[in-house]
Amino acid sequence: MWKWLHPYAQPKRAYQLCTTLTPWFWTAAVMCLALGTIWGLAFAPQDYQQGDSFRIIYIHVPSAMLSMSSYVAMAMAALVGIIWQWRTAYMTMIAIAPIGATMTFIALITGAAWGKPMWGAWWVWDARLTSELILLFLYFGVIALYSAFEDKQQAGKAAGVMALVGVVNIPIIHFSVEWWNTLHQGSTITKLDKPSIATDMLWPLLINLLGFGLFIAAVTTMRLRNEIIRREIHRPWVQSLVEQKEQDHAV
Amino acid sequence: MQFDSLADFFAMGGYGFYVWLSFGVSALMMVAITVQTRMEHSKLLAQITTEKQRQVRIEKARKMKNVSHVR
Amino acid sequence: MNQLYNGVFLRDLTLAFRQKSELMQPLMFLVMVVSLFPLGIGPGPETLQRVGPGVIWIAAILSSLLGMERLFRDDFMDGSLEQLQLSGLPLYQVACVKVLCHWLVSFIPLLLLSPLLALFLHLTLDMYLVLMLTLALGTPLLSLVGAIAVGLTVGLQRGGLLLALLLIPVFIPLLIFATSAVESAALALPYRAQIAIIGAMLLMAIAAAPAAIAYALKVSQN
Repeated sequence: MWKWLHPYAQPKRAYQLCTTLTPWFWTAAVMCLALGTIWGLAFAPQDYQQGDSFRIIYIHVPSAMLSMSSYVAMAMAALVGIIWQWRTAYMTMIAIAPIGATMTFIALITGAAWGKPMWGAWWVWDARLTSELILLFLYFGVIALYSAFEDKQQAGKAAGVMALVGVVNIPIIHFSVEWWNTLHQGSTITKLDKPSIATDMLWPLLINLLGFGLFIAAVTTMRLRNEIIRREIHRPWVQSLVEQKEQDHAV
Repeated sequence: MQFDSLADFFAMGGYGFYVWLSFGVSALMMVAITVQTRMEHSKLLAQITTEKQRQVRIEKARKMKNVSHVR
Repeated sequence: MNQLYNGVFLRDLTLAFRQKSELMQPLMFLVMVVSLFPLGIGPGPETLQRVGPGVIWIAAILSSLLGMERLFRDDFMDGSLEQLQLSGLPLYQVACVKVLCHWLVSFIPLLLLSPLLALFLHLTLDMYLVLMLTLALGTPLLSLVGAIAVGLTVGLQRGGLLLALLLIPVFIPLLIFATSAVESAALALPYRAQIAIIGAMLLMAIAAAPAAIAYALKVSQN
């Protein structure tokens, strides 16, 4: 059933696929992000409780959600690499890691900037923020382990194991932090219970979520291309890439 | 449009600093990672070119050497 | 077959006891870190009792990170790990034996030392008993999960700091549940749930970690 997928394990085919997909991802991502952000910033109605500060939701929620999904995607790539011995899977894994870390960082920064007016402090040991911080540590661990190895094939395998250990841990971490939070935290911080969000507010959020997803896809395909070139740099097909580029420039 | 004027829009009902800080930092991070990825790409291509040129130079030097040997 | 495992086990024990200083250093570190806290935050018994379980657990995790590398490093360096791989024994079982040995050698002394730490930090008897329980269930988990990361970093020149970076976030849930169990005991609240979760994590690690350790060692051996 999955046979059609197999040729793409070959680095050259994967590279070509990325080259085709990247511009589409970029176009769609820029369109969605522009639409969602402008709609969210200027046209969505004010929140009756939080005023205009709630507009941070349009980047905070997508980045937070996708930082988790990116980690899972990374671990899935690692699993594929370990089971089917695909080199491209490891390359994909390490291509996702920095962009996932960036998303986590954005989620943390926007969370802090939202927390200051709402909770009165830049950083609150809120369950979700804390698990987001630990997620950032996990991303750093995978990236650090990968870059510690000279042999990138070995690096991919090692970082893959660590990504899998992390992904088993994510639910436990999330659950434990939530528990810890309810135990330690007094009622000074009232969780803003959100009634079902109005559709006028929801649409820009969904569009931005899609936009962030497409952005991650676009950067991942770009980074995957870099990774493929780096690993295959002495292959003839990679060498001919430069000639092709020069010809394009000449024309 | 939710805001009456442009100044109103930038003020964000008093939360301007926080809102624009979030959006600014996010945009900056996203641009930064994109630029970094692009720069990496061109650096890799440049590396291929230099290696190729080096190869050509080595070939050339080898040829010259051969000629001198014949003499 | 059993004899082979016994051999691995006894060899590891003998080697560990030959390098006494390496055994002692993490323990000394543990005691020193714990004694830094009263100096840093004041000697009030109530404060110390409040932070005590967390301090002991954090110190235990940090000191275990120091000694963790010993698990596979020497065997990797002198090639005996490779011999073990070639011996025909399933590698995950060998890993189990080695982890068990590491736990006995580095964490049993910690358990024996814990009454002293409890006295330092003014823990009550109830708190101490629960702390013992969490240490008894939690430290094998440290050994098992730590062994995966040690297996991955053993081939690297300077793997020590990297090991800490990899492992600290993974140990956070254990820290949370263990300290919350002791705190519950201090408040005379039920603490079985936390203990049960630590036990569940331990069982999961026992099931999954050996295979991961074996794979990690193979990757490092390349």
